[in-house]
Amino acid sequence: MKAIYKKELKSYLTSMVGYLFIAFILLLFGLYFTAINVQQAYPEIGYALGNASFVFLIAVPILTMKVLSEEQKNKTDQLLLTAPVRLEEIVLGKYLALLTIFAIPVCLICLYPLLLGTHGTVSYPMAYTSILGFFLLGAAYIAIGVFISSITESQVIAAVLSFVLLFFCYMESPIAAFFPESASGSLFSFVILIALVCLWIGSMIKNPVVTGVIAICAEGALIAVYFVKSSLLEGKIQDFLGIFNISDHLNNFISGMVDLQGIIYFLSVIVVCIFLTIQSLQKKRWN
Amino acid sequence: MFEPESREGGRKLIEVKNLVKRYGDHVAVNHLNFTVEEGQIYGFLGPNGAGKSTTMNMITGYLAATEGEVIINGHNILDDPEEAKKCIGYLPEMPPVYMDMTVLEYLKFVAELKKIPKDKVKKQLMEVMSLVKITDMQNRLIRNLSKGYRQRVGLAQAVIGYPPIIILDEPTVGLDPKQIIEIRELIKSLGKKHTVILSSHILSEVSAVCDYVMIISKGELVASDTPENLGKLMIGSNTVKCTVKGSRGAVISALNQIPEIKNVKYEDAEEKGCLRLVITTDKSKDIREPLFYKMAAASCPILALSSSTMSLEDVFLELTDDSGKAARKLKKEMKKQTDEKEQDLAVTQEETAKTDSSQNEEEGGTKK
Repeated sequence: MKAIYKKELKSYLTSMVGYLFIAFILLLFGLYFTAINVQQAYPEIGYALGNASFVFLIAVPILTMKVLSEEQKNKTDQLLLTAPVRLEEIVLGKYLALLTIFAIPVCLICLYPLLLGTHGTVSYPMAYTSILGFFLLGAAYIAIGVFISSITESQVIAAVLSFVLLFFCYMESPIAAFFPESASGSLFSFVILIALVCLWIGSMIKNPVVTGVIAICAEGALIAVYFVKSSLLEGKIQDFLGIFNISDHLNNFISGMVDLQGIIYFLSVIVVCIFLTIQSLQKKRWN
Repeated sequence: MFEPESREGGRKLIEVKNLVKRYGDHVAVNHLNFTVEEGQIYGFLGPNGAGKSTTMNMITGYLAATEGEVIINGHNILDDPEEAKKCIGYLPEMPPVYMDMTVLEYLKFVAELKKIPKDKVKKQLMEVMSLVKITDMQNRLIRNLSKGYRQRVGLAQAVIGYPPIIILDEPTVGLDPKQIIEIRELIKSLGKKHTVILSSHILSEVSAVCDYVMIISKGELVASDTPENLGKLMIGSNTVKCTVKGSRGAVISALNQIPEIKNVKYEDAEEKGCLRLVITTDKSKDIREPLFYKMAAASCPILALSSSTMSLEDVFLELTDDSGKAARKLKKEMKKQTDEKEQDLAVTQEETAKTDSSQNEEEGGTKK
């Protein structure tokens, strides 16, 4: 794992991508910092961080697009997968290298509250809590990017897909507002969702009988719930989409709360994405 | 499906049992069985798309098999991948090199990846680099190296850690003739300390380097034996090529007087008034002398005459053709041969000598 971590870190620090990522984050944050904290003399750095967090939508796909797709395209994954290294070590090594790259601008951002502190009173715990939130949010986004990069050989597709997914996560609340909150609205959305999931399962296991049974059971249960107690379904599609609302979890950190639920949420996103990445690489070996 | 008999000597390093790889409906590797023993150079031979690379990828653990198992030095590649992979150095078809690294950086990374003790890394890297002759290139970016040098870097990568088994997938593709000869020499020298498996679709390469050849066609093992034996088994006919000056009618009537001739193909030669003939006879008959006298009697001078037994190239083409007729014939031949072995010993030796000489000719041809 150490070998891969070192190699990956070096490759990002000897090519443009790593610096581009660092510079982009610092630039965007710097703009908001100047506008909010310097010009308006606002003592809380979290506000600038929250505003700047949309930078991830562009910066993360650029950083993560090549991390696994390039290996697959250049067939260098043959070296990694035939070396006496476990798949988990490969993925973790790469992910940790990306986190290290991301930690560089975050460490620099850690200096900003000190800078503000020389000109007035700054609540340091609050400032560093929001930076922690910012770091966790970025780490979760990077994990998503790593997963997307593992499913395709093309860097462009990886970048575009990551952007779409991150955009969806970022814009979740406005998107969820499109859906009606009524029970029948939820029912309709879930029926379609289950159908899509079953189509996906069907394409994976290539067994129409099993897929059909799963589909009928799931849809049947859903419709049964609707007829027995339709109030259970009210607003459920919003709750469901809320799972993907990663960026909202930053808000508690910005307001100075070390949000345990938020930390667990971010960590679970990371773990799930790393797990999915390993599975997607594993699947390529079996297909 | 053909199962090679196990030979005397060497410890079993690789056991491939009933290996199958399916991509959807397409069967890339179909119930493959073989064993690889210590201290020999094995050649995987087959046309493009025969399943050579897929087989190698399964042996090295890059791909998982649909059915069957691969056991490396006593470790199953799926159950105990780390131990099994430690025994293998693998050079895939495309050298798995990182373009943005220098040669030395890359090899250091590989050494670390293969968990070679730190105190040994430096010495080993120097040894391996001088072995594949890239010491001068160690500080160049791989991006700037030619295909031949990238191949060498890939080879160095496979050799690092001195694993007992080295697997090379088409190691000489895309190299110039001089490099090809160098790499072959290198493989031969590696074969002294390691067990080497290489794949190729070039037969002369396999026969020049390998101790043992496995011919794969459509994912099945159609033949496996030493190159000499394979050539010998398949020789069913003798061909004579000659260029004759004279009219077609005169030539045909002269040829009709030689009863041994099985088949004649006529082609127009470059020179005016000349014919080029490709004459096939039974394998034991030599018609060059009667041909000379008959042509002389018909006053059709022979301008060029050459005889060739069936080359290994032809064996290969015949074995891997679509019908699979030749492959079945070979199996029958092999069976017959084992029955007749004792009686035929003297004849066999004579034939071996013949095959050897024809093979040397062929080898010389490629080297030119």
